[in-house]
Amino acid sequence: MNPRLSILSAGPGVTLQDGGRHGYLRYGITAAGPMDPLAHATAHRALGNALGATAVEVSLGGVEVTAEGGPLGLALAGGEFRVSLDGAPLPPSCALTLHPGSHLVVRPGRAGAWAYLAVAGRFDLEPTLGSTATHTRSGFGGLDGRALRAGDRLTVAEARPGPADPQALVAPWLVRPPEEIRVVLGPQDDFFAEDQIAAFLAGPWTVTTKGDRMACFLDGTPLTHAKGYNIVSDGIAMGAIQVPGEGWPIVLMADRQSTGGYPKIATVIGPDLGRLAQAQGGTRIRFRAVDRAEAVAARRAEAQALAGPVAMEPLIRTDFSAEFLLGRNLIGGVVDGVQVP
Amino acid sequence: MQSPRLLDAGEAALVAEFGTTVDPAIHDRVLALDDALRAAPPEGLRETVPTYRSLMIHYDPLVLDRDDLADRVLALAAQPGKARPGAALWTLPCCYDPVCAEDIGAVAQATGLSVERVAALHAGAEYRVYMYGFAPGFAYLGGLPAELAVSRRATPRPPHPANALIIGGGLAGVGTFPMPTGWYVVGRTPERLYAPHRPEPFPVAVGDTLRFDAIDAATFSALERRAAAGELVARRREAA
Repeated sequence: MNPRLSILSAGPGVTLQDGGRHGYLRYGITAAGPMDPLAHATAHRALGNALGATAVEVSLGGVEVTAEGGPLGLALAGGEFRVSLDGAPLPPSCALTLHPGSHLVVRPGRAGAWAYLAVAGRFDLEPTLGSTATHTRSGFGGLDGRALRAGDRLTVAEARPGPADPQALVAPWLVRPPEEIRVVLGPQDDFFAEDQIAAFLAGPWTVTTKGDRMACFLDGTPLTHAKGYNIVSDGIAMGAIQVPGEGWPIVLMADRQSTGGYPKIATVIGPDLGRLAQAQGGTRIRFRAVDRAEAVAARRAEAQALAGPVAMEPLIRTDFSAEFLLGRNLIGGVVDGVQVP
Repeated sequence: MQSPRLLDAGEAALVAEFGTTVDPAIHDRVLALDDALRAAPPEGLRETVPTYRSLMIHYDPLVLDRDDLADRVLALAAQPGKARPGAALWTLPCCYDPVCAEDIGAVAQATGLSVERVAALHAGAEYRVYMYGFAPGFAYLGGLPAELAVSRRATPRPPHPANALIIGGGLAGVGTFPMPTGWYVVGRTPERLYAPHRPEPFPVAVGDTLRFDAIDAATFSALERRAAAGELVARRREAA
């Protein structure tokens, strides 16, 4: 029998997400998929999985898991969550082998809102329209179209072990301060006067705690529209920033509606979607307008970061002697490794 | 022919906007561009989303250059539109009995018409599927008779039943998934516009025409059972 990842506890909003359900926007079906695609891909890359494979998306609700029926190779990547294996702390981005009876606990930390738990192998799930991405509002994908909860067991096919001892992932590209988010203006920036575009870019905006997988709600000085706020509904890209009548911008995220009728002042560039998604409630952000060329260059840099395997570093262990560590010339690398969020 | 406005929605989506209103002629141009792009998709094209008045084109900017895509879009949009060979006429059974049409009385009150007249007007019209949006298989329809152009509710009502025919703000729709709505439920069809377990999960394409055929509550129950078992209970006919 295949080993299983067993969910011992899960806070609200912990779901299974693959690379997204693409090709059905024309039927009103949003891709869903990871809130932080870069972190999702990093966790899979660390294990040698396909990049669009299914992972557990851990929300601020946190999760506690164990293995059943055999050991499981796991990788975790994302925000600065507090992670521990049988009580011993691990860095927020790490790879390990989880043995039956061991407990991996992932709890929210001082920064970051999403983390991705990938297994070496693949979760054995029935896809809906070609994807396992959970869209809870539609009730499909993942496990019965719902968030994970205590008692769920996820069968892992083609399971492989992870590193014998836990390792820190060396993924400096996941260090992304959320304070500045790059946007391309439009598609409906002409619904706003110049001073309102300037006010939008000056901010600052505070990320509210109301956000979920559908949208990030911002608080600040409301914007005004130059020619009303009703448009005949058109398509909505992930990262589109719509400004409804009351003037507070809403950034539409992975579970957004596929079409909408409010003017969209700007669109968060693809590489900064995860940066914004990782901002906890209360974080102050600003938007910076960039041209398409800069956005595409950032995408290219992201693709290059993920082109090769993800390096790993052993963890700092207090029971090593200084001589041992100096002899291995590891200290610099170890420190860099544990600073990865 | 006037060129569409090209608007960037970030670095990975381009919007070709043919107008700003709900208009069959504008929608025809959206669909003609959609057909042309899909018939010969450039490498790096991800997916297209036709709406009332624009086509959103999602692409991979590391594969497909935005300006090359824009040139292609403008060239395709300048060609005279061809008749859509795929456009079909669908007849969907629809129950207007108050059991299925929870808000038909409220619409009658708002319009000064009888409940029977509201049902007859809704069933007597031909509707164009302008787009899907909001929820899986939620179809936005044009063609609602002007007499039924009630404004939206001030506050949304609780979730409507699955496969509800709803109207509001001069528009009509088919709400496949139960959702709260600011529109009014005037009927219910046993047909599913989204049926994930059928070989064709989305039988009705954007650009197709819908008609509604009034059925009583008993017929609705019978057809609902057949549709739940996976049968297509709507009738399809190729457009002349």
